[in-house]
Amino acid sequence: MSARDLLLPLIAVLVLAGLAFSGLSGTLLNLLIFMMIISLAAQGWNILGGFGGLSSFGHAAFFGTGAYTTLILQTSLGVNAWAGLVAGVLLGAAVGAGIGFLSFRSGLKGSYFALITLAFAEVLRIASNSAPITGGAAGILLPLDYGFLNLQFDDRRWFALIAILFVGAALALTRWLERSRFGAYLIAIRENEQAAQALGVDVFRVKLGAITLSAGCTALAGVLYAQNYLFVDAHVAYGPWISIEALFAAIVGGLGTMFGPLVGAVALLGLGEITKMVSGGVPGVDLLVFGAILILTVAFVPGGLMSLRQRLTGRRRPRGETALRSEEGA
Amino acid sequence: MYSPLIVAEALLNGLMLGAVYALIALGLTLIYGVLHIVNFAHGALLTVAMFGVWLLAEHLGVDPYLSILIMAPAMFGLGYAAQRFVIGPASHGSDNSILLVTLGLSIIIENGLLAGFRSDTRTIDTDYAFQVVELGPLLLSFPRVVGLFVALLSALVLWAILERTDVGRAIRAVAKEKLGAALVGIEVSHVYAVTFALGCACLAVAAALLMPVFYVSPTTGRAFVLVAFTIVVLGGMGSIVGALVGGLLIGVVEAACSLFFGDSLGQIGIFVIFILVLLFRPTGLFGARQ
Repeated sequence: MSARDLLLPLIAVLVLAGLAFSGLSGTLLNLLIFMMIISLAAQGWNILGGFGGLSSFGHAAFFGTGAYTTLILQTSLGVNAWAGLVAGVLLGAAVGAGIGFLSFRSGLKGSYFALITLAFAEVLRIASNSAPITGGAAGILLPLDYGFLNLQFDDRRWFALIAILFVGAALALTRWLERSRFGAYLIAIRENEQAAQALGVDVFRVKLGAITLSAGCTALAGVLYAQNYLFVDAHVAYGPWISIEALFAAIVGGLGTMFGPLVGAVALLGLGEITKMVSGGVPGVDLLVFGAILILTVAFVPGGLMSLRQRLTGRRRPRGETALRSEEGA
Repeated sequence: MYSPLIVAEALLNGLMLGAVYALIALGLTLIYGVLHIVNFAHGALLTVAMFGVWLLAEHLGVDPYLSILIMAPAMFGLGYAAQRFVIGPASHGSDNSILLVTLGLSIIIENGLLAGFRSDTRTIDTDYAFQVVELGPLLLSFPRVVGLFVALLSALVLWAILERTDVGRAIRAVAKEKLGAALVGIEVSHVYAVTFALGCACLAVAAALLMPVFYVSPTTGRAFVLVAFTIVVLGGMGSIVGALVGGLLIGVVEAACSLFFGDSLGQIGIFVIFILVLLFRPTGLFGARQ
C-alpha cells in the first residue's frame, strides 16, 4: 500500500469534515453523526460479509460489546473515555474472535453462519437485559460532562469530526485489505474456499483474522454510539436493528468495495429521513422502504450502488477497468 | 424444590406448547428440505397469520379454531405468491441472496404491520382460554390440549400429502433430484411455490392454535423464528420427524428452564442448545446430510 492509496480516504474525510463545519443545522449534524456511526458498523460488516463472503446476522454482538464496555468502564471505574474506547474495540474484537473460533472450527458458513451469529447476539441481548453489570433492563446512563478526555463536546461538530476521522481510518483499512496479501487470501476464500485451501491459504486463520477486524470496527461504531447518546440498554446494544442496518448499508452500497458501506449508509439513512418526513411519522415506513430496497438490490443490482457508478463510468470510458483503476488511484 | 406434580404439569404444558412449535418448524423444515433455503421470513409470515386470525375474530366474530378453514387457504395462496413472484425471481438461486431476500421480506412484513396496526399487542377473548382439562391429578390448559392434538393431526395430514398424493410425489422428487424431476416433466418452480405455500399453511394452523393463549404484535413472530430454527437444526434440516421430535423437546426444555430459572432465561436455554447443536452436530438428530 502506497501513500497514493490513502488519497481517496483523505479526500472523503475532507469532504465530510467540510460538510460538518459548513453550518449544518443541529438536526442535520445529528443525522451526519448517525450516518458516520452506521457507516462504521457497515464497514466492519463489509470486511467479513463483503470481502470474506460470510454474511453475519449478528453484528450487534460486537456493536453492543463496544457500547457497554466503554460506558461500564467510565461509570463504574472512572476510566477516561479514550481508554474506554480502546477497551471497547479490543473487547468487541475479542468477542468476534471467540465467535469466529467456535463457528469456523466447526466449518459453519452460509445460512448456518448467519443463524449462529444471530443466536449469539440474542443470547447477549437477553443476558444483558437481566445482568446487574449492564444495568439490567434500565440500561446505563453516562452523565453529561464536556471535555476532550470525556469524548463529549459542547459543540457537536467536534464529535462529528472525530467520527469522520474514524470513518476515514476504516476506509484506509479497507483499502489496505484491497491491496494486501491478507485481503487477497480472504477474497480467494470467498470465491472458492477449497481452491484457496489447496493453494496453501490457511483458511481458518484468515477467516479468524477477518472476523476479528470486522468485529473491532463494528465495536468502534458501538463505542461512538454510546458516547454520542450517553446511553445504552440491551435493545440498543444487542438488538437486531444494528445487525440489520450494518448489513443493509454494506449490501446496498456495494459489497467488498471501499466506499460501499459509507455510500450505503448515507443513501439509506438519508432516504429513511425523507420517507419519515413524507409519511408524516408513521412508524416503520422507513424500514419498510429499506426492506424493499434490499430485495431490489439483491434482485437487480447485486453489486450495489458502487457497481452502478462503475457501470456508468465504464460506459463513458471504453477502457473500462484500467481506466477506473487509474482514476481511483489518481 | 417444586413438588413433582407442578413439575409434571409444567413439563406437560411445555410438551403441548412444543407441539405448536413443531408445527411452525415443520413448515420451515419442509421448505428447507425441498428448496434448500433458510426462510428467514417464516416468523414474519406467522405474524401475518396471527393478525389474520385476530382480524377474523375481532371483526367477523370467527372463532380462532374455525378460522383455520379460512386462514390456511389464504396463507397457502400468500406463500405461493411470495415464492413464485418474489423470492424465486429475486434471488437468482444463490443461497446467500435467498437468505437476504427473505430477510428483506420479513422486514417489509414486520414494518408494514407496524405501520398499519402500530405496536399495540392484541389478544382474542374466548370462553375456553382459561378452562382446564383434568387428567388424573393433573390440570391441563384446554387450549394447549387442543394445540397438541391439532398440531399432531396437521403433521399427519402433511405427511399424507407428501406420501400419498401426486403433488407430494412431485415435491419429494424435486427434493431428491431437481434436474431429474425437471426432465420427467415436473415444473420445478411450481413445486417450489407449492412447498413454500404448504409451509405457510402450517403457519396458519399454528397461528390459530396460538391466538387463544397468546398475543400478537408486529414483532411477535421474531420470538418464534429462532425457536423454530433451533428445532429445525436440532431435528436435522429437512427432516419432518426431526422437526416433530425437536419441537416437543424444545417445548419441554423451555418449560423446564422457565420453571427453574425464570422466563427470560428460559429463552437462553433454547439459544444455547441452538449454538451447541450448530457447533457440534450441525446435521442434527435425524438429518442425514449437512
